[in-house]
Amino acid sequence: MRSGDWKYWALSAASLLGCGSAWAVPQDGGINFQTPATETAKRVQDFHNEVLIIIVAITIFVTGLLIWVMLRYNKRANPVPKKFSHNTVIEILWTVVPVLILVWIAKGSFPLLYEQDVMPAEAREEEIVDIKVYGNMWFWDYTYNVGTDNEFNVESRMLKVGAPDPSLELQPARGDIAQLSVNNPMVAPVGKYIRLKISAKDVIHAWAMPQFMLKVDAMPGRLNQLWFKVDEPGVFYGQCSELCGKDHSNMPIELRLLPQAQYDEWQVQYKTSPEAARAYLDRVQPAKAAQVASAQ
Amino acid sequence: MSSEPKTAAGHGHDHGHGHGHDHAHDDHAHDHQDPKWYSPARWLFSTNHKDIGTLYLIFAMFAGIIGFVFSGFMRAELAEPGLQLFNGTAFGGFFGSEHNYNVITTMHGLIMIFFMVMPALIGGFGNWFVPLMIGAPDMAMPRMNNISFWLLPVSFFLLLLSMFVPGPAGANGFGGGWVLYPPLSSTTGHPGLAMDLVIFSLHLAGMSSILGAINFIVTILNMRAPGMTIHKMPLFAWSVLVTAFLLVLALPVLAGALTMLLTDRNFGSKFFEVSGGGDPVMFQHLFWFFGHPEVYIMILPGFGIVSHVISTFSRKPIFGYLAMAYAMVAIGFIGFIVWAHHMYTVGMNVNLKAYFIAATMVIAVPTGVKIFSWIATMWGGSIEFKVPMLWAIGFIFLFTVGGVTGVVLANAGVDHALHDTYYVVAHFHYVLSLGAVFTLFCGWYYWFEKMFGIKYNGFIGGLHFWLMFIGSNLIFFPQHFLGLQGMPRRYVDYAEAFREWHHWSTIGYWIAAAATIVFFLGMIEALVRRRKAEANPWGEGATTLEWTLPSPPPFHQYNDLPRFK
Repeated sequence: MRSGDWKYWALSAASLLGCGSAWAVPQDGGINFQTPATETAKRVQDFHNEVLIIIVAITIFVTGLLIWVMLRYNKRANPVPKKFSHNTVIEILWTVVPVLILVWIAKGSFPLLYEQDVMPAEAREEEIVDIKVYGNMWFWDYTYNVGTDNEFNVESRMLKVGAPDPSLELQPARGDIAQLSVNNPMVAPVGKYIRLKISAKDVIHAWAMPQFMLKVDAMPGRLNQLWFKVDEPGVFYGQCSELCGKDHSNMPIELRLLPQAQYDEWQVQYKTSPEAARAYLDRVQPAKAAQVASAQ
Repeated sequence: MSSEPKTAAGHGHDHGHGHGHDHAHDDHAHDHQDPKWYSPARWLFSTNHKDIGTLYLIFAMFAGIIGFVFSGFMRAELAEPGLQLFNGTAFGGFFGSEHNYNVITTMHGLIMIFFMVMPALIGGFGNWFVPLMIGAPDMAMPRMNNISFWLLPVSFFLLLLSMFVPGPAGANGFGGGWVLYPPLSSTTGHPGLAMDLVIFSLHLAGMSSILGAINFIVTILNMRAPGMTIHKMPLFAWSVLVTAFLLVLALPVLAGALTMLLTDRNFGSKFFEVSGGGDPVMFQHLFWFFGHPEVYIMILPGFGIVSHVISTFSRKPIFGYLAMAYAMVAIGFIGFIVWAHHMYTVGMNVNLKAYFIAATMVIAVPTGVKIFSWIATMWGGSIEFKVPMLWAIGFIFLFTVGGVTGVVLANAGVDHALHDTYYVVAHFHYVLSLGAVFTLFCGWYYWFEKMFGIKYNGFIGGLHFWLMFIGSNLIFFPQHFLGLQGMPRRYVDYAEAFREWHHWSTIGYWIAAAATIVFFLGMIEALVRRRKAEANPWGEGATTLEWTLPSPPPFHQYNDLPRFK
């Protein structure tokens, strides 16, 4: 984990010490999920870790059996092979025990699926914020306040070094991360049920957010739905997850979760100009020093 | 039941024409008149199951090299963040742009599935050893066997050709992934001819497989030696029988989907076009109704091979023969009712997802029965660690690893995070690249002497195994970590945060490449030294009928049908 190490610890320290927004990025050399950011995502991770223990145990068990038969029943240790080829008890056992394990896994799996897929019944209408998400070749666009007079649309494109359009130039000093940062991030309020209505205008894309353990295809001709609720402000990154052509790897998702008041103010700023809105975001959610260092 | 295929067979002195009714009657009496190996007619017009099997194996090896080199392009590109190869300038622009990376991944998938694993396991070993094992003189329909093979090179040619004709605007080749999802594969994403060539190519490959499958079903059901009831049939023949049924049931569905795509692209139909009331999700349902059985088509023949190898080198009959056979039948059946677990993120009804979770997890049960029965076969045996046995034991371990991550992915709740990430790439390469391919080498080293009449060097074979085992684990194990961290599939470029494991993965590729070179060196060594093969080099553990014949077997075997038991 050479170069990854110090960044990892620097970032962890920064997120522990720093107050305000958490910057959530994948960790180099990381071997598990990114830190889950929603209640549901935490339960997904817990469930995954339980299943992980089971599958590691099964793999070790099978490997152990293999090593045992190789040591105990090789030609030197056991010159004369036995002739049996049936044992009803053991055959019933290795059918029934896996079934029981699977039933146990399913018991945790189904409630989780329904929790992820179905928005909680207790979500009241005024707690729900609808945002429309469209996938395009190769950028995302987000429509806010759908169906009201206040409706407006934001195009979100990846930043990169040496971009032909100067407004799309990657700025590491600002904390921009190559392949993950965009010019106009998606913005949503904390503490609300965010309901995304997702579709696509050309080919299939997929809106994915690893920290929420969520992913849904942006499908032409369909309106797919996704919900999440985050309680702390933060910055989150995801990437298009359905092959969509040449620049499939160049249409990331940057999501900023803000307190309601800042969310409202961002909207006001956006009406002035996208640049003003972006400057406002950078003011209320500045990148931490460690973040900037790791991006450079 | 024809035991007198009418070909150039039996006419060693006769290179030009392939019809010799006047001589056909004395084929059996004069084995020394077998056609010379260098006679083109012997291969082009061959109706001999062993020759056709050899053709399949050579073809699969050729296609496999191309597919493997393509994966090398991918690993070289992904060795570090940024664009190494596919940036329009590297090597004089040879590799083209990011689109060409997608073309390479697409071709890698299609080649490895349709032109490497399937031809090698089913066409190659199936043709060679199903008739030998069941005591049949040849396949039931030898001439159809010929066309089954010769459709494949044509199909392969069309696929390779597609890389050099226009795909999307301003670029060549089809880069929409082996799953061919519209609208990326329709005129929206790829208006050019490349996708049409891919469709034609897969139609031909599908026809080839369907014809081959019918041939296997008819052969196995009708041409077993007297006394060999279906419940005494060797497990490899069982595995090919189940595979053949899967092919006959699944491939027509793919053909249908491809035809609809073709008419959408060229004749104005709107099956998958939203603008005309069509639905791209319908293609995915049709594709995966074929695609999921397809993964079992690739692994089941390998199950059969591994069973024989484990039994042979443990010098012990296979444990739970009937359970082993019917576990394959069960896997084949369940394989048809789980397809939408590839589609958890398309926006399916939550109750449907719940059904597919349950059905998918059931597969673990018959698979577990097979894993444990192999170990029970070894239990109490007297194991010799010859080269084929190394591959078989390696396979059991790797298939277990690939299998358990399948249980993780079956849970839609977790799959919502892992779908289309490197975790999935790691999972299916553990069961295919390390599973199916290990069984393939297992069969190759098990039957090499029987097929070609020469011995290979066991040390080189062992070296090949260990390099391959280490290399492929190093390629794919770190990809689980990448997937968990969120690295999406089919990305030509990635964030700095994914550098570490991609780096290791690429190192693993070079080790696997070294293994492949060792493999070919071993084959060259065997060809040069020409050590005389034995009829049965494996001793008393090798009980199936092919070991009763000389190595290589005579051009026509079982002129007097063997009596079984």
